[in-house]
Order: sequence, then structure tokens, then C-alpha cells
Amino acid sequence: MAAAAARDPRAPVARRRRTRTGQGRAGPGRAMEIVHVYTRRRSDFGRPCCFSDRPAEVCVDIQPDPSLAEAFVPRSPVDAPVQHGSDMSEHEVNTERVEVETRGVNHVEGGWPKDINPQELEQTARFRKKVEKEENYINTVVHLGTLMEHCVRQNNAIDIYEEYFGEEEEAELEDESPSAKTINVIRDPNVTKRTATHLSWHPDRCKKLAVAYSSLEFQQKTEDMSLDSYIWDLENPNKPELVLKPSSPLVSLEYNPKDAHVLVGGCYNGQMAYWDTRKGGLPVEVSAVEASHRDPVYGAIWLQSKTGTECFSASTDGQVLWWDIRKLSEPTETLVLDITRQGLLENALGAITLEFEPTMPTKFMVGTEQGIVIACNRKAKTPPEKIAGTYSGHHGPVYALTRNPLYPKIFLTVGDWTARIWSEEAKESSIMWTKYHLSYLTAGCWSTVRPAVFFTTKMDGTLDVWDFLFKQNDPSLSLKICDEPLSSLRLQDNGCIVGCGSKLGTVTLLEISSGLCTLQRNEKNLANAMFERETKREKILEARHREMRLKERTRSEGQDAEAEEILEESPQEALDRAQKEFFEVIEAELQRRARAEAQHLHGKVKKHAEEEAVVQGEESKLPKYEEEDEENVAPKE
Amino acid sequence: MTELENYLFSGIPIRTTLDNSTTVQYAGLLCQLTMKARSTVRDIDPQNDLTFLRIRSKKHEIMVAPDKEYLLIVIQNPCE
Repeated sequence: MAAAAARDPRAPVARRRRTRTGQGRAGPGRAMEIVHVYTRRRSDFGRPCCFSDRPAEVCVDIQPDPSLAEAFVPRSPVDAPVQHGSDMSEHEVNTERVEVETRGVNHVEGGWPKDINPQELEQTARFRKKVEKEENYINTVVHLGTLMEHCVRQNNAIDIYEEYFGEEEEAELEDESPSAKTINVIRDPNVTKRTATHLSWHPDRCKKLAVAYSSLEFQQKTEDMSLDSYIWDLENPNKPELVLKPSSPLVSLEYNPKDAHVLVGGCYNGQMAYWDTRKGGLPVEVSAVEASHRDPVYGAIWLQSKTGTECFSASTDGQVLWWDIRKLSEPTETLVLDITRQGLLENALGAITLEFEPTMPTKFMVGTEQGIVIACNRKAKTPPEKIAGTYSGHHGPVYALTRNPLYPKIFLTVGDWTARIWSEEAKESSIMWTKYHLSYLTAGCWSTVRPAVFFTTKMDGTLDVWDFLFKQNDPSLSLKICDEPLSSLRLQDNGCIVGCGSKLGTVTLLEISSGLCTLQRNEKNLANAMFERETKREKILEARHREMRLKERTRSEGQDAEAEEILEESPQEALDRAQKEFFEVIEAELQRRARAEAQHLHGKVKKHAEEEAVVQGEESKLPKYEEEDEENVAPKE
Repeated sequence: MTELENYLFSGIPIRTTLDNSTTVQYAGLLCQLTMKARSTVRDIDPQNDLTFLRIRSKKHEIMVAPDKEYLLIVIQNPCE
């Protein structure tokens, strides 16, 4: 209460109010105000504060009122829970990645006694002869010899590692549920991460992986973003084996299947470059900027040729160019992806993926941004004829396009939210497709071993393995690899190990369980039967559609000319007609309502008069609507 | 199909049927390995001692018979 003495002179009247229930002089059951009031004269306000010490004095003394105690009942025992939980804290520790390097050690002969020089043959020979004459040596050798002979004979008698029951192992594989194991994770060593846009396995032993890194976001390239792409050796995921240094980031990169030292890469700025790994990280030759693509080169594939130096590339600028890497200054051939077959670049579709099967060297396919797959024939005489057919069915860009390695007529496309399987024979639609997923599909490939198994990756970072013979609704195996979108996928030739690249440049290598990468009994026949059946179904549907369209056409040709004109009204006419119909409907409804109300209030005269006013009011609103609509229509015109 | 070598425990080949460089390599490496194996066996049970060491690899089997001073090493190709 001594604090009350330090007053704030700006407050008009300083009051200390404390309310306590059940206590105080007013008695029980009433909120009591304990108030300490002091007053000052108005003229004293605004004066400077002058603090001084003074002894404590009691301002208020509130005595306890024993009579209130009757309002309370003592309670005993009292249950009061007390909890003490020990404080826990959570800590995470992650050890730093250890950089491991492999080095060799050179052996040098040693162990000789000091006086003998190991290089001198005489001395060593003399030492040896001396040792051989020792008795200890002779005894030891005899003893050890018998021991050794026993073991050698054992080995000669029985081979303990012989496979006794090799034929019976196949029966055990049926019940294994599909799974996959991460064997390695390779990260982009740069600070600013780029997307791993393309993966290519080394053709011989698949121990090396070439990864193209670039940032595909529009104009996201920062100053410190490195242009390099790397070749990784799987034994050493910390440090790339070779750094490829193009002049512009690589979007696609492929090993030459004939010559494992040569790689071709398509750059972000449209150029093509090729490397020889024996010659280092700089490209051996780069194509001329004028003759190259105008957009990033999304697909670059090697062709089958005697020289092994031919490749072709596709880009979203609508062109497919053929190159010979010995002379990258200009392409050997060009094709414009114009499906109206006029060869106009303006009409051309942008290519996102390219597909080529070495067993069919004259045909190739291009997946476009517009969702159409174009099948082309390289050997056609005129450029318009090169485009053999189109398959449309995707709503968005076709991100992956691969033929089934065992049934080349069947190919897989991945785009928008589905993956679709097509047959070359069914041109109108895909023969089989997956359901629409929640996230966009980014890449896909067939299994090289099993004809009905394929892999897809999604934008939410999951890898799905589909076994279409087993289950078509859902993937057989769905793995969440990382949180960022996966951008590329590549299977090794053995069908077991798959690499997926993500948006932040992390390449994850997974080993698929053997159930998904070993050919089951009779699988080829079953898969063949399934594809044939679906193709037949599509062909029947196609034929039916054609029939229906033909019927429609003949029917519409047989009608009157007037009817035809009505059908072909302009948008403005359609608008007017729609407006008229709309008002007709409103008027009819209003009249109906008016009649209903008039009947309902038939006896009441007063309301009848009001009613008419209401009806008139509604009708007067109509012209207002019309005016409003005309106002809207006028600016459109 | 066996090759054999005798070694001093310090790693000097006394007698061998292989060429010198291979012998020297086997000498150095197997001596150390035998020492390690022996010390392992004795660490677990001090009364125990290593009598024989066999290493089976894809290509052949290496058998080592250790003694106090000498080692007898035999490399055998398994019979298939």
C-alpha cells in the first residue's frame, strides 16, 4: 500500500480498486469493493513530482470476519493429484558424411635379418640354405606337412561348396511380396541444386552412371549455378569420376551403345555436344549455334549405323535433327513436326521425348508437348510423308515414351496424370491405361526382363512399379523416394537396378526384389494374350465409332438447307436465342405465380390490391433486367 | 594343382614353387593375417591356439599351417 503514495498526477482521481468476493466489510455473498480514496485539489495537478521517503503506514487494514467461516465446510481428506514427469528433450544427431578414398599400397620385401641384403641373390640364397639345414626347420616342415596334406586331401575328396539342390530353388519365389532396397544415393555436389534431368547407364558393365544436370524452371539460372554434369562411378558416390563441362547445362545425355567412351549431350540452349571420356571433361565438339535447336534439347538418342557416330535429337522448337558427330557444324537431316504435313515451323508441335528402337531403324516416335505422339518413318521420300501417324490421348506433355522391349508394337507413354499403353495398330486411343493419380507423372520405362512390368515416377517423389498382369488398378509396389518431385528414371539392362533422379539433383539407386525382375513361368504368353485382347477391343471400338460417324454424316447431309443453317449459327445468334429463351421462361414463371397468388388470396380485397402492385412491381423489374443485359451485351459488341 | 611355400614367421620365403613377386606378396599379407587370427583365437580363450587357417575364395583356396617359427602356405585350386 506504500505504492499508493506514488501517485500519477495526470490521472484525475487515482483509485485503487480491488474486488474480492466473500470477504470484506460488506458481508458474505456480495462483491466487496475495497477502495482507497485520496483527493487532491484541482490546482495541485500538473505540479512536478517531489518524492520523499517516509515510514510505512498502514492505509487499510481488513480484519478477518470469523462469522464468514460458517459459510465454509472443512474438507478432509483432500484429493490433490500431483504429477511429476521427468523432462525429456529430443535431440537428433547426424554424423557427417565420411569422404572415403581408395588408395593402393606398394609392397616392399622385408623381414630379412639385418645383415642380409634382400636384393643380393647370393646372400638370400645362402640364408635360405642355412635355414633349410636347421633341425627345427626340418621337424616343423614335416609336422606341418602332414597337417596340410590332410586338409588338401579333404578338399580333393569333397567340394563343400557344391550346389546340391540347384533345380529346386525356383519354387520359393512365389510368395515374396515385392520390395525394393536403396543401394546408393548420389547427391549433386554443388551448393545450388539442379534437377537431374537425364540418366544414362554405361553400356558395358553398368557400373557407371552419367547424369545430366540442369535447371528446367524458366529463367531460374542463378549466377553460381554450375553448368557441369557428372559421370559417377557407383563405387564412389562422393566424388564424380568425370566432370563434363559444357557451355550450357545439359538436358539430356546418352552413352553410345557401341563405344562406351563416347557420350552425346543436348544442351539447354539447343546445341549438341559430344564427349570422349578419354579426352577429359571438355566436349570434343559442339554444334554450331545457328544450325542447332532453338530450345532445350530434350531428347538425344544414338542411331544404329555402321560408323556408330550418328545420332538424332528433338526439342520443343518443333524440329528433329539428325547429326553425325564427326561433323557437328550442321545437321545431316531435318524434320519439322507439323502434323498438318505442311512442314511449317509455326504449326509444329514441340517435342519432349524421342524414342528409337535399334531393331526397327527406320521408324521412330516423338512425344510432344501437346500430348500427341507422332510416329515417323525416316525413310519416306518427302518430308510430309515422314509423319506416319499420330496418337493423341494425353492432356499434357508426354514426358516418357518407350517401346516394350519384348513386344515392340506396344509402347508406353507417360504424361499428365496417367500412364498409357498403346498399340501401334490402334490409332484412336490407348489400349490400356492407369487410373488418374493425384500428382503428375514425370517419367516411365518398361522393365527389360518382364513384359508386363513398368515403372513410373511422380511429382510427389514416389516411384511406382506396375505389374499389369497381376493388378491394373494400383501399382504393385509404390515407394516414396524423396519429398521433392522425381524427374528422371532409368533401368539397368539387367532389369534389377533402377536409378531415379530428383528435382534437387539427388539420384537414388534402388534394387528391385527378384520377384519383379525375374521372368515368371508362362508370362510371355500371358502378356502377349493380354495385349492382343486389348488391342482387339480397341479395334472393335474404333470400327464402331467409324460406323457411327459415317451414319451421322449421311444423316446430316440428307437434311434441309435451312436446318443446316440453324445448326451453323454464329455465337451472337446463339446468345440472342439464349437470352430470348431465358426471358420467356422467367415470364412464364411469373405469370404462373401471379395466378397462383390471385387464387390463394381470392377472398381478401385489401391484399388483392397490394398483390396487384407486387405483380406490377415484378413485371417492372423485368424491363430493368433487360436493360441490364443490354448494357452487358453492348460492351461485348 | 597346388603350389606351396614355406615362410619364416618374419615373412621371408624359404622355399617356394611360385614366382618371387607373388611369393613376397603372399608372404607379407598372410603372415600378418595369421598373426591376427592367432591373437583373435587367444584373446577369446587364452588356452586355445590357432592350428590351421583356410581361406576359400572364388578362384582357389589358401591354406595356412602356422607354427612357432614357420608358416606353411598352400594354394590349391578346388576340384570341380
